[in-house]
Amino acid sequence: MSLAEKVLQNDIRAAARLMRLLDDEVEEGREELKKLYQYTGKSYIIGITGPPGAGKSTLVDQLIAAFRKEGKKIGVIAVDPSSPFTGGAILGDRIRMQRHSSDPEVFIRSLASRGHLGGLTASTEEICLVMDAMGKDIIILETVGVGQDEVEVVDLAHTSILVTVPGLGDDVQAIKAGVMEIGNIFVVNKADREGADRAFREIVAMLDMISWDGRFRPPVIKVQAHIGLGIDELVEKIYNHKKFLEDHGLFHKFFSKRAKSMFEKVLMSELGKRLKKRILADIRWADWERYLETRMIDPYTLAFNVLDEMITINYKGGTNEFSRL
Amino acid sequence: MRKVRILMAKPGLDGHDRGVKIVSRALRDAGFEVIYTGLHQTPEDVVNIALQEDVDAIGMSVLSGAHNYLFSRVLELLKEKNAQEIVVFGGGIIPEDDVKYLKSIGVSELFLPGTPLETIINWAKENIKPLS
Ligand SMILES: Nc1nc2c(ncn2[C@@H]2O[C@H](COP(=O)(O)OP(=O)(O)O)[C@@H](O)[C@H]2O)c(=O)[nH]1
Ligand SMILES: [Mg+2]
Repeated sequence: MSLAEKVLQNDIRAAARLMRLLDDEVEEGREELKKLYQYTGKSYIIGITGPPGAGKSTLVDQLIAAFRKEGKKIGVIAVDPSSPFTGGAILGDRIRMQRHSSDPEVFIRSLASRGHLGGLTASTEEICLVMDAMGKDIIILETVGVGQDEVEVVDLAHTSILVTVPGLGDDVQAIKAGVMEIGNIFVVNKADREGADRAFREIVAMLDMISWDGRFRPPVIKVQAHIGLGIDELVEKIYNHKKFLEDHGLFHKFFSKRAKSMFEKVLMSELGKRLKKRILADIRWADWERYLETRMIDPYTLAFNVLDEMITINYKGGTNEFSRL
Repeated sequence: MRKVRILMAKPGLDGHDRGVKIVSRALRDAGFEVIYTGLHQTPEDVVNIALQEDVDAIGMSVLSGAHNYLFSRVLELLKEKNAQEIVVFGGGIIPEDDVKYLKSIGVSELFLPGTPLETIINWAKENIKPLS
């Protein structure tokens, strides 16, 4: 039985191994993912981002508990940073999610960023697809939480939650700096701390300055994740946003957008690789070198000539022959 | 790019996690990806986590005296799940006889208090390889 077939039968080891192959960018992983693709496009994906220590993992733990009460099957991808110096990493998000370790319907995967920018890993979308094929109703993504440019999660999640805490001073400023319009729900966590009301009001005031006509206006809520206070409200807000997406036909549009973006990504990266391979194998390298040595032709003209020739020969783009494929 | 992943666990009742944290950091600094899970898991939790995370090795720190039970139970569960290839190692206050016994049932290596970090790291580099 192939890994893909085992994944469809909810084989934990097979799923975990496939995730590993994808994370390590081993070609076999993609072969298996191809077979799984038709079974994906069903999970609801929730992204959680915010600074380190804001309580993201604690919040994930609470959301798992809340969704499990409804009988939902859960996947979690939690990303922590790799050391830029050694490539090693300590992945500690699971510490907060320990109570779900023995629940067979909760699959948690910790990933190291491995130098990928944007708050997630290069493999996150593919690993999401594996969890989707495993039949997870809800997949939660927790970002690294270091940079302010963690916007990738917004593309990969149906609902993205921005977590902030009182007392970070310029944190609300950081939110203002550009992510205001991309969060679907704002959480002021650690509401037991001084300054929570102020942080809450500041976020509301900033949202007030944006005109939302026709778009979903993000709610702002106060939460105490460590004791589970405000979680019911958060779940309700998530469902509100989900309903908004469904009512506006955006839930399915999300998956078609993802498919298109993945297609483009693969196309572009393969394009480069394949053309390079073809050019390196060209039998006329000795000729070209001679032309250049004797200055018969300049490097620019030669390079463009070779490329023009390469791209036009055999390429049937735009013809019927191509569109039938 | 194949990376070695190691689960560092602190199962059982004792709450002294300084040692396991120091080793975790040293492993990270040696280029390993370390999944750290916090205190007090059961052997069942440890094995579930190891399978979900597809780790190449499990390192356990046991200072409570329950090492014989915890290590042998983890090995047993790994066998049940057909995952014997996951390397199991550990550390703690473990009498000589128990070290012999645990190694005889499949624990790869045990480090006693006072072992230099370098020894542990070198051992890990030699003995833990990414699964193929
Ligand atoms: N006082 C307080 N502490 C919290 C709250 N939520 C989480 N914490 C604590 O904040 C710390 C960091 O939480 P964690 O979930 O690991 O944050 P992350 O780095 O964003 O994932 C932990 O010690 C939590 O127990 C809260 O609502 N109030
Ligand atoms: Mg975290």
